[in-house]
Amino acid sequence: MAVSDTATESAAIGPPPATTGFLGWMRKNLFSNVWNTLLTIVCAYLIIRIVPPLVSWLFLDATWGEAAPQQCRAAEGACWAFVTEKHRVILFGRYPFLEHWRPLLGICVLLTVVLTSCFRRCWRPWIALVWIGGLGAFFVLMFGGDVPIGLRAAAAAAAGAFLIATLRSSGSTRSLLFGATALFALLALAAGPIFRVIDGVLNAAFGTGPLLAGATGIWFEIPTGLGFVSTSLWGGLPLTLLLSILGIVVAFPLAILLALGRRSKMPLIRMFCVGYIEVIRGVPLISLLFVGSFLLPLFLPRGVEISDLLRAQVAIIGFSAAYLAEVIRGGLQAIPRGQFEAADALGLSYWQKMAKIVLPQAITIVIPPIVNTFIGLFKDTSLVSIVSLTDLLLATKDIALADVDWRAFYAEGYAFIALIYFVFCFFMSKYSQYLERQFETGRQKRR
Amino acid sequence: MQPIITMRGVDKWYGQFHVLKGINLDVQPKERIVICGPSGSGKSTLIRCINRLEEHQKGQIVVDGVELTNDLKHIEQIRREVGMVFQHFNLFPHMTVLENLALAPIWVRKMPKAEAEERAMFYLKRVRIAEQAKKYPGQLSGGQQQRVAIARSLCMNPKIMLFDEPTSALDPEMIKEVLDVMIELAKEGMTMLCVTHEMGFAKSVANRVIFMDQGQIVEQNEPHEFFNNPQSDRTKLFLSQILGH
Ligand SMILES: Nc1ncnc2c1ncn2[C@@H]1O[C@H](COP(=O)(O)OP(=O)(O)OP(=O)(O)O)[C@@H](O)[C@H]1O
Ligand SMILES: [Mg+2]
Repeated sequence: MAVSDTATESAAIGPPPATTGFLGWMRKNLFSNVWNTLLTIVCAYLIIRIVPPLVSWLFLDATWGEAAPQQCRAAEGACWAFVTEKHRVILFGRYPFLEHWRPLLGICVLLTVVLTSCFRRCWRPWIALVWIGGLGAFFVLMFGGDVPIGLRAAAAAAAGAFLIATLRSSGSTRSLLFGATALFALLALAAGPIFRVIDGVLNAAFGTGPLLAGATGIWFEIPTGLGFVSTSLWGGLPLTLLLSILGIVVAFPLAILLALGRRSKMPLIRMFCVGYIEVIRGVPLISLLFVGSFLLPLFLPRGVEISDLLRAQVAIIGFSAAYLAEVIRGGLQAIPRGQFEAADALGLSYWQKMAKIVLPQAITIVIPPIVNTFIGLFKDTSLVSIVSLTDLLLATKDIALADVDWRAFYAEGYAFIALIYFVFCFFMSKYSQYLERQFETGRQKRR
Repeated sequence: MQPIITMRGVDKWYGQFHVLKGINLDVQPKERIVICGPSGSGKSTLIRCINRLEEHQKGQIVVDGVELTNDLKHIEQIRREVGMVFQHFNLFPHMTVLENLALAPIWVRKMPKAEAEERAMFYLKRVRIAEQAKKYPGQLSGGQQQRVAIARSLCMNPKIMLFDEPTSALDPEMIKEVLDVMIELAKEGMTMLCVTHEMGFAKSVANRVIFMDQGQIVEQNEPHEFFNNPQSDRTKLFLSQILGH
């Protein structure tokens, strides 16, 4: 009895509506109720109104390749001929036209270094050497002129020697050696500006003249055979990339120190870190850039000159470090107390505990917001145009679009740099997902 | 014999709350002490003072001839000689089991990596999970994780081992595998201080049982006397509660 009952019942109900196939998918996702149906119709209308004209403006009616402005004006669509004509000044700003191969090569070097560092396999101490070499090559290419190579080469050689020693040592000697490596590497890269500042201060105080610069003049200089190009002529993509890459690479370790300092038991250190973070976070980047370029020179002793580029770079680093520090502190907060206690109980020192146990876990947790901050930093570099550094945006606006013949095609110019920004930001976003997957594999979520 | 741990009149407060009240305790080398008592009586706090996970405010603690003060050198010296096993294992989830074990020998004892890993494998075999060396802690069962945690401490060749309720976060069927490892350790002559409610373990392994209540050591005795002939009423009450079911 019971069996025949159910049989007749299910026969009476009939099959459920199709949920597979294109029709099924449409019914389920687009027309499941009145609201959805309405929304679908509105969206479809908007798509039909917007997409075809956009496609014909962007592609079908556009003027491609080389063309005169008159041809462009006659055509209906976008004038990509503008980009063809002006892409070199957009990409390289005021950099001498005949020397454009130098920033181009410089970009390639920088991007190679960055891409290499992206692979987890390359996260070894030797990557520091790659960075020293890459940044060194970038600056030599961009500056040209006579490179005061003596001191730098000595510092770079010392850094290399220390690095090799670091790789072969273990324990606390290792961290000492690594510190020395970093110090010498910094000297190799930044000797010029550092010495100029020290000289300026000494000169103002004791009237010593260019003391260190004079002393380092004893060191031989190597003529590169390239014409000297001062930073005031740098611009476009190399400038944007330099500001953001150095910004990220220097701000990150600073941010870690600030975050640790903010949780330190030592009141002075804690107060300094809290003060720094809160003050810097409390002001917009633009005002920092203004302070750097207009106020700072008033306070510096006479004779001390710091290029606009360096001041903007320092402002960007200092600004991002404060933001990143808070992100990293969030990660530190999430580490259970037991992890600290286990590390303590094993006898690890504070720095070992942080470097081996706490920071790797904390930073893994906050990869998404860290990359978020990096993307923000990358786009914020366009604010340096305010202190008249010719980054991508200003190069487009003030140089490419300054040409009377092409002035009408600003939309195309901005679309072009928007595309460049998008490519880099999209890459960072994808890379963040890659990193998350990397750290996910082989281990389950902590309970 | 010279005691390896001496506590003289140790007091500790959490804010206004008096957790440890005038603790006096001598531990001889190779002694196996079980500490029991009601929840909140200060058992964890007591053993955590021995390796300075908690700071005491009055009195004197001397471990292996070194007095615990604010001197970081002394603290690190003592922590190298004192192993600790926690209720919730506290393994490092971002490292494999092998890396968990080799970490401290490499960084604290400055041992070459190969030697540290050899030693790690040795202790993993002793706690009978050598085949899990390449896994991450999250992939192991609770009992396995706790045995890894014990092996991690042993890799530092400690003179003293502290256990804070090592089995109370485990399912019943895993408790035995952890207790077995601890029993072996006791047989080899390790100095052990163990906070636990496993009275069977206390009876068979300990040579002294300490009962704590409200921050004081109320009673201590060798296990047979302690369980069969408790002196104070509080001990009797506690034992009747814990042995009652
Ligand atoms: N960090 C702290 N701050 C304030 N009070 C604390 C802190 N840690 C522990 N206490 C209090 O100190 C007392 C003793 O704690 P302790 O952890 O030593 O007890 P216990 O004997 O180990 O208890 P249990 O058997 O529950 O683990 C408890 O009342 C607890 O609430
Ligand atoms: Mg406890």
